[in-house]
Amino acid sequence: MSVLDMHHVSRVYGQGVAEVHALDDISLSVDAGAMVAVMGPSGSGKSTLLTIAGSLEEPTSGEVVVAGQELSRLSRNARARLRRRSIGFVFQDFNLLPGLTAAENVALPLELDGTSARKARQAGLNALESLGLADRASHFPDQLSGGERQRVAIARAIVGEHQLVLADEPSGALDTANGEAVMRLIHAACKRGMAAVVVTHDAQLASWADRVMFLRDGRVTDQTAEPAGPESMLGQVP
Amino acid sequence: MSVRHALLALLSEGPKYGLQLREEFEARTGEVWPLNVGQVYTTLQRLERDGLVASDGTDSEGPHRGFRITAAGQRELDGWLRTPPDLSAPPRDELVMKILVALRVPGINVHEVIQVHRRYLVELMQEWTRIKETEASADQADISLALVVDAELFRLDAVVRWLDAADGRIKRAAGPVAEPPSTPAPQETGKVMKLRIGTGVRR
Repeated sequence: MSVLDMHHVSRVYGQGVAEVHALDDISLSVDAGAMVAVMGPSGSGKSTLLTIAGSLEEPTSGEVVVAGQELSRLSRNARARLRRRSIGFVFQDFNLLPGLTAAENVALPLELDGTSARKARQAGLNALESLGLADRASHFPDQLSGGERQRVAIARAIVGEHQLVLADEPSGALDTANGEAVMRLIHAACKRGMAAVVVTHDAQLASWADRVMFLRDGRVTDQTAEPAGPESMLGQVP
Repeated sequence: MSVRHALLALLSEGPKYGLQLREEFEARTGEVWPLNVGQVYTTLQRLERDGLVASDGTDSEGPHRGFRITAAGQRELDGWLRTPPDLSAPPRDELVMKILVALRVPGINVHEVIQVHRRYLVELMQEWTRIKETEASADQADISLALVVDAELFRLDAVVRWLDAADGRIKRAAGPVAEPPSTPAPQETGKVMKLRIGTGVRR
């Protein structure tokens, strides 16, 4: 079942000679359980694609459907509700609120959506525990390492009934081991049925995805083929 | 890959039979470097000839003949481990050559050529990452396999990064605004000069 569908989406900034086509006729479908990576250089439209998929920005033309709901038909409030309920965001710089503990940060989207504080906190603790962070629940972001902060951000993205994770260079500020840990967690969330879109310029990150799309000047220029089994690699090293 | 030194390393743990050496070699290299048994015995014969290993003295050939490392073999192994491989000269990289050639061939879109190679490399990386992922969920993590997979991922990643950099550099060079260099070009070193001559690059 498709969690995210983008049909012929374009986004144009400016007018006349200053017109910039940030996205040009993008179509993308991500099923539950799948991870799609979008690779491209700076300025290729990766982040615009993510903000439109996450209903943070509206396309100039085209249609975006998240969890069965067409975004253009929703009111501003309904879009915000859909974001809180169905979509988790992971950013390069974590975006945790410094005055809230790890558990409070994770529980926040649920509380904003009307879940009782007690239930939201429990769901937050469960999400932290699933990522091996139970002992950090009462810590504030500045008491956590970079890797831990990003794991808290992932817990916030997968908490509750979220169906879609949208990640923008999620391991960009982390070392190799922590970056790999972040991708393992997003990958594991997909195995449990979530859908994920990861935009990145990093091929090692992108290689965790089931499918990699290549973006250039706002257009999808190419994508990877269906994956072969891992056994095909063994015995190949000279 | 030096089979000779890998066998010395295995024998440094204690005496072993030829067949055992082959099995342990494959296990230690994450089973990505298959080795045939003929290669093992040929290498052992040369090591014995050079005084780096000794056989157990029995006349038997084949799987029941045991081998042990000698003091000279141990010294050879220690020296090899600490000697950096020669990476000073750039390899004659086929992919680099293809991109350099693509720049000169009329009617070829070099960005499309770059993308064909980029996609292939990312597909290879996906397969290696899948091995890493499968291995991590196994009961007993295989550290050798994990190290080999990491090495391949970093190697392929470096090539993708080079393609990305080449893509951007070529795009900028073809752009409408060509910035003249603001500072004089630095003096070229001997090695770079040789490389320029070797690849036929002209300014």
